[in-house]
This record gives sequence, structure tokens and C-alpha cells, in this order.
Amino acid sequence: MSNSDPLEHFVAPYDDSVSFDELPDAPPTTGYRPSIMGWIGITVAVFWLAVALIGPFIAPYGENALPFPDAYSEFQSPRSGAWLGTDVEDRDVLSRIMFGAGRTIGISLSATLLAYLTGVVLGIGAAVSGPRVDMAMSRINDAFLSLPTIMLGLVVVAAVGSSIPVLIVTAGLIYASVVFRLSRAIGMEIMVMDFVEAAKVRGEGRWWIITREIWPNARMPLITDFGLRLIYVILFISSLSFLGLGVQPPKADWGSMVRDNLGALQYGGSIISVVAPALAIASLTVGINLIVDDVSAHGGGKLSKRM
Amino acid sequence: MTSLILKRIGIGMITALAVSIIIFFGTKILPGDAAQIRLGQEATEANMAAMRERMGLDKSYVMQYVTWLGNFLSGNLGISLASDVPITDLIADRYQNTVYVSVLTSIVAVPVSLALGILAAMFPGSYYDRILTLVSVTLVAAPEFFTATLLVLLFVFALDLGNAVVVGSPDGKGLFSMYAHFALPIATLSFVIASQLIRMSRAAVLNVMSSPYIEMAILKGVPRRRIILRHALLNAIGPIVNVVALNLAYLVTGVVVVEVYFGYPGLATLIVQGVQTRDFVLVQGLGMIFCLTYVILMLAADVASFASNPRLRHPK
Repeated sequence: MSNSDPLEHFVAPYDDSVSFDELPDAPPTTGYRPSIMGWIGITVAVFWLAVALIGPFIAPYGENALPFPDAYSEFQSPRSGAWLGTDVEDRDVLSRIMFGAGRTIGISLSATLLAYLTGVVLGIGAAVSGPRVDMAMSRINDAFLSLPTIMLGLVVVAAVGSSIPVLIVTAGLIYASVVFRLSRAIGMEIMVMDFVEAAKVRGEGRWWIITREIWPNARMPLITDFGLRLIYVILFISSLSFLGLGVQPPKADWGSMVRDNLGALQYGGSIISVVAPALAIASLTVGINLIVDDVSAHGGGKLSKRM
Repeated sequence: MTSLILKRIGIGMITALAVSIIIFFGTKILPGDAAQIRLGQEATEANMAAMRERMGLDKSYVMQYVTWLGNFLSGNLGISLASDVPITDLIADRYQNTVYVSVLTSIVAVPVSLALGILAAMFPGSYYDRILTLVSVTLVAAPEFFTATLLVLLFVFALDLGNAVVVGSPDGKGLFSMYAHFALPIATLSFVIASQLIRMSRAAVLNVMSSPYIEMAILKGVPRRRIILRHALLNAIGPIVNVVALNLAYLVTGVVVVEVYFGYPGLATLIVQGVQTRDFVLVQGLGMIFCLTYVILMLAADVASFASNPRLRHPK
């Protein structure tokens, strides 16, 4: 692994599989000070996290409430009381964004956590098991990696229908294959280090090697990558919802809000109903990207050189 | 060299086989059965049994898979459950839009973004480089429909050019009016793949720039422009071709969102409809077409990268 060709990372598939260039370097465990860009990212992410947690309690109207039954008309422009206007069914856009925040972020976070739980356990497991187990697991994994994620998502939704648990498990398992590859690569790299060799010679068991030798060294690159993976999961879930195959109406989530209100762009009406949820997703993912980039750059990471 | 390429193609075929297994059995996770979808809830048991036999659903899953794969390879994609029309007819009506948009996008986006990326690598750290980096970092993390919305706001609402929906058929139009017809979808996809292409081509050139032979050229006083164009670029061609193939493969997924956003019929909208109506046969057939395109482009990327790099051909 360590003497791999520098160009090898270009062999990796497009966005969500791991290229060696993309392996975030281990940032220092102490003394991380965000740069201005990092602070911007942290502010945006914390803001949306807060909205996700308390949004439903402070939203001016209910998720599916019709705040202006007397003036019923779709796509009303912003006005006092409905600061972002109303949507295709005359619901308050601001309230729906606040309700949708928890759903979009909650589903994506759970799916990413599931992906990490599965991927890291199997990946490090493959790294410490013999070449045969590793070979079998890697080949099966490669088959999943060779499919475009959105197509896998479509196939699963076609088979079992769409619901929030299905979305979490589907996204979690799809992205587990990427995490598997990453943690296996990191695990392999550490397995050939002298200190692991020394531990083996000392007669330490497999469990000791995983928890005391591999995990402390694999932890930071994996945590940095978690942010990157979270971005892809948010984009995946939002795209499925945008296609009408993710979170089902009348529940609000940012991707489906864009879809529901597309009519405003096409036939006229308050375009804020489309712009606001699209901007919400973009600001969240770009914000997380700024943090990941900053953390990685702080460790003299390859990510910053690449950017 | 030839044997290596053959070996890669062999691996590609195994991958394609694995993909077909995933797609076929993926749609069979639930016992929900195609005969029932075809006939509806009120069908009698006898009708259902007859339909199952006609559709081959009474056979074992393995037999069904083999039959399905054989039919797929001979160009028979089966009959749509939702509309009772052969899938190939449905595709014939719609594949043009998808192909036009993908091809037209790559014709514009690939050369422009490569030029921008290489230019950025020639002046690393300059204002041009930093601005380009900032824009591409932003766009690469944003969803396609955000980029599409920005473009609609700019062109349709601010400049009052065109429409936020693609209407009508592009048939019989020349190249130029075809670009006008699909202007917004093409622009969206171009921005999306450009953000990736610019970063990766820049990285590919900079990567070569850090190698000792370039340092040698700098030390002997070769002008910077010449170093990039004559020394670095030749060695960066392999990775760049690889990056291009990867991004073309990405169009396969990008086109799904763009077709739905701009509301014109294509293969991607067809498969989304298939999922909504739970038309397994349609999803299987189209899913295979999309995934095979993806696998083939990935394979091309793979072959390009080691064809251009002797060190990958002779691993230590």
C-alpha cells in the first residue's frame, strides 16, 4: 500500500468511492484551530443542526398547516407572517424547511453512522483476516461499488417501496461499501507497520492488535472521511427525494420540497419555494465540505493540495 | 499489454455479470409478484396461476434469471408491467434525448474544463487558480438541482431567456439549435462535471510537476510554459483520460436528476416512472442499460490509465 503508484488513485471510480488521493490524512489529534473558511463551515453546520433539533418546536406553523385559508392561493410571495412565502399547496415554506431539516439531517446522519458501523467493522476485519477472507469480501464489495449509487437506490425502492427506515438502511449499506474499502486500505497500511509486527511477535492476540494498534491510528482519517461521506449521503437522500422516491408526502424534506414546488419555476409563482430548500441543502453540504477541507488542510493533508 | 487488456475486459465482464445478479435479485427481495402487478388486486387465483406460467414466474429463481439474462443479451427486454408495451418500444421513443444531452454535454464540458484545469495548474496560487478552486469546491458539494436552480434564476428570471422546462422534440434540428433546445440541462450537467474535471485535471498536472524530472527541467532553466506543455502534460495524459472517462460515467447518474428537473422525457425519467409504478421488468432492463454503460466507461478509464503508465503495467 505504502509504495503504491502515485497515479493509482485515478483508477478509483468517480465520486463516492475512495481514491487514494482522497484518503484524508490524519489531522493532529490536538490543537486544531479552524481557519476563517473552517469557521464559516462550522457556523453553517451548527446552525442547521440547531434548526434540525428545535425547528419543529419553534416553527411558526404546522408542517401541513394552511396558515392563510382565507387567501388560499399556491405560491404566495413572502409577506409578514410567511417570511419565505407559501408552497404549491399554500403551506408555509419556512415552517416546512424547519420540519424538513430534522428529517433530511436525521436520515443522512443515521445512514452515515450505519455505513460506518458496518463498513469499519467489516473493513478492519478484512484487513486483519487472512488473504482469502479479504479477497472474497473485497470482490463482493467491488461488485457493489461498480454500480452507480442512484441506480442501486432505484432498484431497492422499486422492490420494497420507500419509507424512512428503508432509506436509512439502503443509503447506509450502499455507502458501507465505500467505507469498507477505505477502512480496509487504512487497516492494511497499518498492518504492515513495524509496531504491529512487534505486537504480533510479542504474542498479542487479534483483538489487542485491532483495539490497541490499528484503531488509534485509523481513527482520525476515518473521522475526517465521515464528513465527506455525510455529504454524499445527504446528496443521495435528497436526490432520491427529489425524484419522488425518498421521503413521501405529506412529510417535508428538503429534496422533495424542491420537487413539489418546481411548478413555480415553470408556470410562475414565488420561486423562493424552490430556491430556499435547494439553498438549504447546498449550504449544508458546502459547509461540511469546508470543515472537512479545513481539518484535513490543518494536518497538511492531501485534500488541501488537491483543491 | 494485449493480455493485460484482455484480462481487464474479463474482469469487466465478471463485474457486469455480478451487476446483473444484483439488479435481478435486488428487485426480487420481496415476494411481491409481477403477475399480480400485471393483473391487479382483483385477479382470481386461476388467472394468476395462468399468468405466472405465461411469464415464466412458476420456474425457480435461477431459471428465471438465466432466461432473463439470455433475453437481455439478445435484445429482448420483456414487456412492461405497467403499460403492456415491449420495453424496447418504450426506449426507442425516448433514448434520443438522453443520448443527445450526454453527448452534447461532453463535447462542451470536457475540453473547456481540461483547459481551465491545466491553466490553473500552470499558475498555482494565483487569483485565477484560487477563484476557480473556490467555485469548483462549492459546486462539487452542491446537489445538481441547486446548480440547475441557479441557472434557471440567472437565465430564465434575470435575463429572461428561454423557459424552465424543455418542451418539444429536438428531431431534425441542427447541432446549434440542439444546443439551444437543451441549453439549461446541458449547462447544468456541464457545471457539475466541470467542477470535478477541473480539480482532477489540475491535480493530475500538479502531481506530475512534483516529480524529479520536472525539477531537473526547472534547474536547467527550461521556461515554465514549456515545462508544462512539453514535459508535464505528456505524462499527465493518462490520468487525464482516466478522469474524463470517470466523469462521463458520472453523467449516467447526473442525467437522472436533470431530466426530472427540466421535465423532458428520456431514459432516466422512464426508469423513475418504472420505480414509481413498481414495473420490475422496466427497472431491470433499464437498470442494466445504465449500469452497463457505467461499467464500460469505468473499464475504459481503467484501461486508459495503465495503457499510458508503464509502471502500472509492471507492478513491483
